[in-house]
Amino acid sequence: MRALVSSLAAGVLFGFGLGLSQMIDPARITGFLDVFGAWDPTLMFVLGGAVGTTALTFRLVLRRAKPVCEPEFLVPKRTSVDRRLVTGSALFGIGWGLTGYCPGPGITGLVLGSTNALFFVAAFAIGLIVSDKFIGEPAAEKKSEDG
Amino acid sequence: MIPEHWLSALIGGICIGASATVLLLMNGRIAGISGISGRVLAGRGAEPWALLFLAGLLIGGAIYEYGLAPTPTPVAAAAPWLMLGGGLLVGIGSRMGHGCTSGHGVCGLGRFSRRSLIAVLVFMTTAFITVYLVRHTGIVGGG
Repeated sequence: MRALVSSLAAGVLFGFGLGLSQMIDPARITGFLDVFGAWDPTLMFVLGGAVGTTALTFRLVLRRAKPVCEPEFLVPKRTSVDRRLVTGSALFGIGWGLTGYCPGPGITGLVLGSTNALFFVAAFAIGLIVSDKFIGEPAAEKKSEDG
Repeated sequence: MIPEHWLSALIGGICIGASATVLLLMNGRIAGISGISGRVLAGRGAEPWALLFLAGLLIGGAIYEYGLAPTPTPVAAAAPWLMLGGGLLVGIGSRMGHGCTSGHGVCGLGRFSRRSLIAVLVFMTTAFITVYLVRHTGIVGGG
């Protein structure tokens, strides 16, 4: 029960952060990516705040033997860089650049009643299912997701 | 002096980092939205925590937008095919690459993961190139 409450609370905090930082406005993302246009540095501050926080806290949290509500930390252990990682990330970046949405802001953006977000999230979900079905990998590898 | 919206961007970013910290500390999980979405969609053994996290995204977004936002967040019109095609690429790419901006960016970089650093550099690069092609060459769609 505690685990469910903390997960919901974490989701609320994440969604609130995406709203406050205006990442739910795709124009902020494409504005950042458009270095030859009217460059918008907002994303840099968001990523700086987020990574600055996790870089400090994760190290402390992972010193614990186990998380508060669960028996073990499920953190990826793989360190090798393979072709899938590079190809997948390259495709992700193209989609991100085309839409100005990545998954978190897309889902959170649904609360604006934006049809863009709706189309994006529907296609994103189909993409996840398609890749699981047709370009999946051995089940053993799936356990070590990076995110 | 930092313009006000950069300050709220920084604080928003800290909220996102704090969220990832809560999920790791309490649940032992990485706050990667694509991974969590995959767990919700897969439905096998249904992981309720994942569904609640996604519900939380909507609640948190609504609290900001309808409770605190000084001005409504702009919603721009865009071509549906762009959203559908781009969304598909984001879905397939994040699955293949095992993570997105949150999993590799916020969490992976925070763990000093080499895989995540490579992933972030690669998707930033292709995203920069994509936006350049769309906005400054007219090759794609003529935006």
